[in-house]
Amino acid sequence: MPSSVSTLTKERRQGALPVGPPAPVRSLLHGWGSWASVAWFLLPALVLFLVFVLAPIAVAVCTGFFKWGGTGPMDDFVGFENYAKLFDDQVFLGDLERGLYLIALSITVQLPFALFTAVLLNQRLRGRAVYRMLFFAPYILSEVVTAVLFTMIFLPGAGMADHLAGALGLEGLQGTWLADPSTVMPTLFVVMTWKYFGFHMMLFLAGLQSIPGEILEAASIDGAGVWQRFRHVTLPLLGPTIRISAFLSVVGAIQLFDLVWVMTAGGPNHSSETMAISMFQFGFKRYQVGYASAISVVLFMISLVFSLFYQRYVLRRDLSGAVTSGGGR
Amino acid sequence: MNARRTARGLSLHAVVWLIGAFVVVPLVYAVISGFKSTGELTTNPFGVPEHWKTGNYTGILGDGMFWRQIANSAGIAIGTTCCTVAASAMAAFVLARYAFRGRELFYTLFTIGLMFPFAVAVLPLFLLLRNFDLLDNPLGVILPQAAFGLPMTIIILRGFFRTIPAEVEEAAIMDGCGKFRFFWKILLPMARPALGTVSVLAIVASWNNFFLPLLVFNDPKWQTIPVGVQQFQGQYSTDYALVLAYIVLAMVPALAFYAVAERQLIGGLTAGASKG
Repeated sequence: MPSSVSTLTKERRQGALPVGPPAPVRSLLHGWGSWASVAWFLLPALVLFLVFVLAPIAVAVCTGFFKWGGTGPMDDFVGFENYAKLFDDQVFLGDLERGLYLIALSITVQLPFALFTAVLLNQRLRGRAVYRMLFFAPYILSEVVTAVLFTMIFLPGAGMADHLAGALGLEGLQGTWLADPSTVMPTLFVVMTWKYFGFHMMLFLAGLQSIPGEILEAASIDGAGVWQRFRHVTLPLLGPTIRISAFLSVVGAIQLFDLVWVMTAGGPNHSSETMAISMFQFGFKRYQVGYASAISVVLFMISLVFSLFYQRYVLRRDLSGAVTSGGGR
Repeated sequence: MNARRTARGLSLHAVVWLIGAFVVVPLVYAVISGFKSTGELTTNPFGVPEHWKTGNYTGILGDGMFWRQIANSAGIAIGTTCCTVAASAMAAFVLARYAFRGRELFYTLFTIGLMFPFAVAVLPLFLLLRNFDLLDNPLGVILPQAAFGLPMTIIILRGFFRTIPAEVEEAAIMDGCGKFRFFWKILLPMARPALGTVSVLAIVASWNNFFLPLLVFNDPKWQTIPVGVQQFQGQYSTDYALVLAYIVLAMVPALAFYAVAERQLIGGLTAGASKG
């Protein structure tokens, strides 16, 4: 029991502090005695965090400088060689390109689609609660279940997609989907949209509901049409939500693994490989752990730099408690 | 005017139905295909099964492996949730309600964790777990998952703990309540809604995790549902109807949980996203 707190409560009980407003509890703690009791509360979270979140990053940075197969002594120090090799590796450069491709599609197709659906379900529409719940449902399925489901749907020959393409007279598409390097990325994107648009829709719905009806009413009294109200009132007020939605799309695309690994394992011929899949291939299939660690570090740097940059320059207006502003909220 | 409104309502419904079809058709396709034989799936892909074949579903439900995977997933989800919520609640308590040197530093440290994608840590995590001898041990999945759940849980709980008025704490202290008793007997019961939200988020994240259990568990007896689904697909890759039946059954617990905890899930996810 910290001394400052106990003496004060004793004094209070004896009525030694009869006048003046009570000191706020938060300021009661100072000195090392109280610090120690605070430390006990922080300890479990801190230990977990240090051992399983921060230490792995440090290990990756360290092993990234070695040529190492994953077992035995790590003694072949190669400096930045792994990194040099990485930026010479066509597959890895392709990973970056494919990541950008998915991000671009997410922001130009999936985000507007989710916003459109949200606006639609924000209308007075019978059964909209059911629709909302339904559209969100794919988000809570695991990526693996989603991936196997769509592997079956896009199966060459027997899958639903081929039959559907045949029925629509699009025989050219039959047997392509996930099996053809030129169609695998768009197909993956369709699956990602199926799984994730409902989540973004929910974000937008929350944003839409925080827009006061009076503003829209005022705009319509001033003669603004449906599109004008959307373009000049709703859209600007949704700015913060749109920026967060875009941020989450980017972060999701950077670390994409489960879905792609189960559907294509990065194939055919690396045409759907992501950074996380390259890392997995080198680390666990080809036993080039040093090289795979270098991929981890680059993945980490990309997401860190992106997050800091985005929070600093894009979300700054929206988030009072952003990490870069010192953590106070 | 009335006709116009009806027309507008109809077209609205048509668009919503179209989007609904995009979402529902794959799911319904899977459920119905599970009742067919693989032969029929090729000849009659869209129609209702000629004979409703329940063998695919009952065969899986009669197999101990499926239930084993469900139990593993559930056990790991519960373990992860207990660890992450307990550790986060304690940390969030002092981070929310006490002024001490370095408080903001610690808080920032935890929030920075939001920027570490799980995929980054998975390889070195595997090396660490191998050193700790935690491979093929449920703790090897529970502890890292709990650790990666900390940032979001701490942010949500700290926000909630701050809303509990200081008077409550003063009154408790005046009644001779210690810090730990206040935390345990007063703060946690008051924070039940927030604890529910973060627990639901932790359960879903753990239930769906694939990458870590894939690496940590070599022994099939520990496999979780996502790993099991992937293995099953590899094993019976030509029996399409059976694979589809398996994923339908694998979806059921998640969808049932969603039906029960919908509000916490959506509230937590949207609130978490705007804070992250």
